[in-house]
Amino acid sequence: MALKDITLGQYFPGTSILHRLDPRTKILLTVFYIVALFMSKNILGYGLMFTTLVVCILISHVGFRVLIRGMKPILFIVVFTAILNLFYTPGAGEPLVAFWIFKIYWEGIRTAFFMVLRIMMLISCTFLLTYTTSPILLTDALEALLGPLKKLHLPIHELAMMMSIALRFIPTLIEETDKIMAAQKARGADFDSGNLLEKAKALIPLLVPLFISAFRRADELAVAMECRCYHGGEGRTRLRQLKYVGRDYMALILGFGLCLVVWALNLLGVF
Amino acid sequence: MTDPILKTENLTFSYPAEGAPKVVLNGVDLEIQAGSFVAVLGHNGSGKSTLAKHMNAILLPSGGKVYVSGMDTANEELLLDIRRAVGMVFQNPDNQIVANVVEEDCAFGPENLGIPPEEIRQRVDLALKTVGMYHLRDHAPHLLSGGQKQRIAIAGVLAMMPRCVVLDEPTAMLDPIGRKEVMDTIRRLNAESGVTVVLITHHMDEAAQAGRVIVMSDGRVVADGVPREVFQQVELLRSVGLAAPETVELMYELRKEGLELPLDTLSDEECAQALYALLQKQK
Repeated sequence: MALKDITLGQYFPGTSILHRLDPRTKILLTVFYIVALFMSKNILGYGLMFTTLVVCILISHVGFRVLIRGMKPILFIVVFTAILNLFYTPGAGEPLVAFWIFKIYWEGIRTAFFMVLRIMMLISCTFLLTYTTSPILLTDALEALLGPLKKLHLPIHELAMMMSIALRFIPTLIEETDKIMAAQKARGADFDSGNLLEKAKALIPLLVPLFISAFRRADELAVAMECRCYHGGEGRTRLRQLKYVGRDYMALILGFGLCLVVWALNLLGVF
Repeated sequence: MTDPILKTENLTFSYPAEGAPKVVLNGVDLEIQAGSFVAVLGHNGSGKSTLAKHMNAILLPSGGKVYVSGMDTANEELLLDIRRAVGMVFQNPDNQIVANVVEEDCAFGPENLGIPPEEIRQRVDLALKTVGMYHLRDHAPHLLSGGQKQRIAIAGVLAMMPRCVVLDEPTAMLDPIGRKEVMDTIRRLNAESGVTVVLITHHMDEAAQAGRVIVMSDGRVVADGVPREVFQQVELLRSVGLAAPETVELMYELRKEGLELPLDTLSDEECAQALYALLQKQK
């Protein structure tokens, strides 16, 4: 997997309604969605959540392919969860399959299926958030939403700033990693063969220069920020002002409605 | 000429080192007039970057004084005013861009100054237009070329509306096209917007575009004047590890052979004219 394929935390500019929603709304909607997802207990609930997700993806114009590509790195976790749930969910009736110490019950299949669905949907909805929201807006929104915690002397502005800088430097550091890798390969380094331990050891000549360069960058960035009069969050204004408009209220009501409907669907004792 | 925007008085600076402290600046007296375009030349380790860092209080003098528009840089209460008056652009464009979107990076300075959003908008647009990057305002900086990134860094400084911009080897990491873009921007900045420019460089051809050249060596100013005068001092430049512009070098070598040629040929055109005149005479 080439490093450039990592889409985690990436932003795809666009003009869909999902792009134009206030970032705070989108974060809250994601929270609503996750809550609803964890409340879902039956096929109706999951079906509704799935449909909602598909509709959101369609109107975002992000494309399913990008989303699925982004999910590759977590495939292992998904498979692992599925297997664990499949074998370790005790059932009431007779096991469907039984061999050696393994027994698969109907409940196991059901739990594994829902678990996988849940993880995939959870990740898809958070991806959708980062795909449709510029990282800067995202951190702005987090700063605004967590703002009340400043009263407890939590360094919210600093955290938001750290996050946005981290996001800003992801592509830069990926590029740098590629360069160092190429340079070390040219010197005979081997990153691809050997067992896990050997592979881990092979990473040392990659990580050491990467870290040194990251520290140097951090130092220069700090000076550059100071030169541009950065002195913490106090008295700072923003170019982009966050403002809730009609569609944000609509979206929030819909999100809250989704939670209620899922709760109501749970009461129907369907599979 | 009574308005020096930058002034140093017997400026010295030394790093603490094992044994004797390492002296980097050793008594620099300079006055830089508002609206001028000054190039500071010097070999690696001549102290030119250290001098630059004194111009907006990133470093404070070990001895002597630095004044920015009359404000003493050692006075911590004036720090923001000083940094607002003197903007700084560094060598590596990647390490001075803070935000993920061009215009938001440009807004970083004014945001820190607490300027109202509508005015930030105006300043950002103006700054981006000045450096010719307005059409790329929605782009992610890491996808742009080195020259473009450096112009964004310049715009980010301009949006703070400084009276003076100090550029510390802004073209050192750029390809020839990027260098030209950045140099054109810098020249325009000085000529059209009237911003004082201090350009730290080791490229002769860049220094030749300035109105005044200051040559540094071992923490001292060894030459100071208009490029035409400074570049004629070929031996002096060589003694501090610099080379005069190629056109001047050529004239210098030919003169050593006994030919009658002027030494102040800074451009290819002037050089060709001088040679042509000589050939005409010899006919």
